[in-house]
Amino acid sequence: MTLISIDGVSRRFGEVTALDSVSLDIRQGEFFALLGPSGCGKTTLLRILAGFEQPDTGSVRLDGSDLLAIPAHRRPVNLMFQSYALFPHMSVEKNVAYGLERERLPRAEIRERVAAVLETVGLTAQARRRPHELSGGQRQRVALARAVVKRPRLLLLDEPLSALDKKVRSEMQLELKRLQHEVGITFVVVTHDQEEAMSLADRIAVMNGGRVEQVDAPADLYERPRTPFVAGFIGANNLFTGKVTEKGLEVDGLGVLPAPAGPVEGETAMLAVRPERIRLDPVTEDQGVLRGRVVDVSFYGGVSHVALSLAGHDRNLLAATQGRARVETGAEVVIAWDADDAALVPTEVSGGQPS
Amino acid sequence: MRRHGWLRLPFWLTYLFLYAPIVVLVVMSFNRNKSPYTWGGFSLDWYGRLAENDSIRTGLVNTLIVAFGSTVLSTVLGTLLAVGLARHTRSRLLDALSTLPAILPDLVIAIGLLVFYTAIKLTLGLHSVLIAHTVFGMAFVTAVVRARLGGMDTSLEEASRDLGAAPLTTFVKITLPTLAPGIVAGALLAFTLSLDEFVIAFFTAAPSEPTLPIVIYSMVRFGVTPEINALATLLLAVSFTVVIVAQRLTRLTEALR
Repeated sequence: MTLISIDGVSRRFGEVTALDSVSLDIRQGEFFALLGPSGCGKTTLLRILAGFEQPDTGSVRLDGSDLLAIPAHRRPVNLMFQSYALFPHMSVEKNVAYGLERERLPRAEIRERVAAVLETVGLTAQARRRPHELSGGQRQRVALARAVVKRPRLLLLDEPLSALDKKVRSEMQLELKRLQHEVGITFVVVTHDQEEAMSLADRIAVMNGGRVEQVDAPADLYERPRTPFVAGFIGANNLFTGKVTEKGLEVDGLGVLPAPAGPVEGETAMLAVRPERIRLDPVTEDQGVLRGRVVDVSFYGGVSHVALSLAGHDRNLLAATQGRARVETGAEVVIAWDADDAALVPTEVSGGQPS
Repeated sequence: MRRHGWLRLPFWLTYLFLYAPIVVLVVMSFNRNKSPYTWGGFSLDWYGRLAENDSIRTGLVNTLIVAFGSTVLSTVLGTLLAVGLARHTRSRLLDALSTLPAILPDLVIAIGLLVFYTAIKLTLGLHSVLIAHTVFGMAFVTAVVRARLGGMDTSLEEASRDLGAAPLTTFVKITLPTLAPGIVAGALLAFTLSLDEFVIAFFTAAPSEPTLPIVIYSMVRFGVTPEINALATLLLAVSFTVVIVAQRLTRLTEALR
């Protein structure tokens, strides 16, 4: 069931187009992510949903009714700010109660709901402290509690994990998912960090230059990128541009590379091969299309990364193997992958490919 | 370090230069002798004489009326102006103009106001001094509050709106408490400035209702009496107290953040 329906939303700031005819559907109860590099328009979209910005054109509907007609303070939408924006002159309790007091709820109910939400985020003992007396992780929990206690239809989270150090991050990540499950509120997280998006979200919209490039589940985005931008942005990828032929993708200087059946023959397309899909074999006579020389081997414990130079290709190729690499720097190897393990992306669809 | 002890001499000379006159004044206010040049023993006589002096009492009351009134007015108006400037304009010119009365020579403001009052046929009195002091007091409050606003996290106000607060509630519950240290500092500044302001008051007061600085000036014209010393010492005490209270308040509100 669709909760939020964004249709043809555009927003310009002077010469800059922040959003260019964006259309998206966000479903009831899902954990949705808006992912993209800075300046891709994700924050503008978030602010439009929260009510701090108005789009120039387009419509946003919540449950079918016009959301844009409602001022920010009357929307059933709450935002967890990147800076948390906790009120410094109020205790944790007062911060959390603030939103409920604005609804003019009875005091007893406010007290009960505040206590319950503080219990959920594990801050009961800190209820009387002021924000500056809390750690970063605790502050975030207060910010989260303050937004969740309002029981919004939609909860927006602006870069929720960016201000936390690594250990607290992974804790909070689990906590966010658990909480979303518990309260059953639709979450929309805005982030430039793909790991954050991939690990949290049910579905991700990848944005670039004010447009939505692709909306998909994390695994589908990873395995089947549909635009060159997504292929380059999500995870590490080896990218080749060439012409589609019957046997594969014909790339200047490299020959025909194995590629899945895809776009119309004769068209230009981009081939994306994940490092972990690449096989490295010892050189034998008459075997394999591609040969390369090992430039560098890095061991990361669980995986090893092998950088390869290819004659006729200006970029190094990256291969990943489980555990210790079986090749050495300087060795000649045959590079191969299964056609179905690679993704073929039409290049005409959108502009821009990340550098 | 010891060898360069003489380097401290200019330091102490500067402090001597700054505070010697004040120390002399305070000491002389307790002098039994009428002559300001010889010490005749400790006495509180001049303070007693001061309390009996009617013109000084009226002057003090007038000054307090003007100082309190103009402080309240300039704090309210200055705060609103600062918020308005920060939120609703991008004009650097308007920004600069708002604090200009704080820098303008008093004489310019004084003559300007006098001409203006005459033009609108306003009879002079305490009210005209009060309005005049509000003009520059407001400029100081605006400057201080504006600086505080510049350092304020705007997402606090957005968070308040997001949580369901109408704009007025947000202003009262979030914006004002955040600005409080600036507002208090501005108000105390306006108060102390008004308390001893002479030039503008001299031009805009009615002769029948002088403020304290004007009274003192008219007394001093016939020579400095120890009475004046006593009065100045009292004023000094008031200023000191205000400054200390201001610092405490700022530190207190900072600590609460």
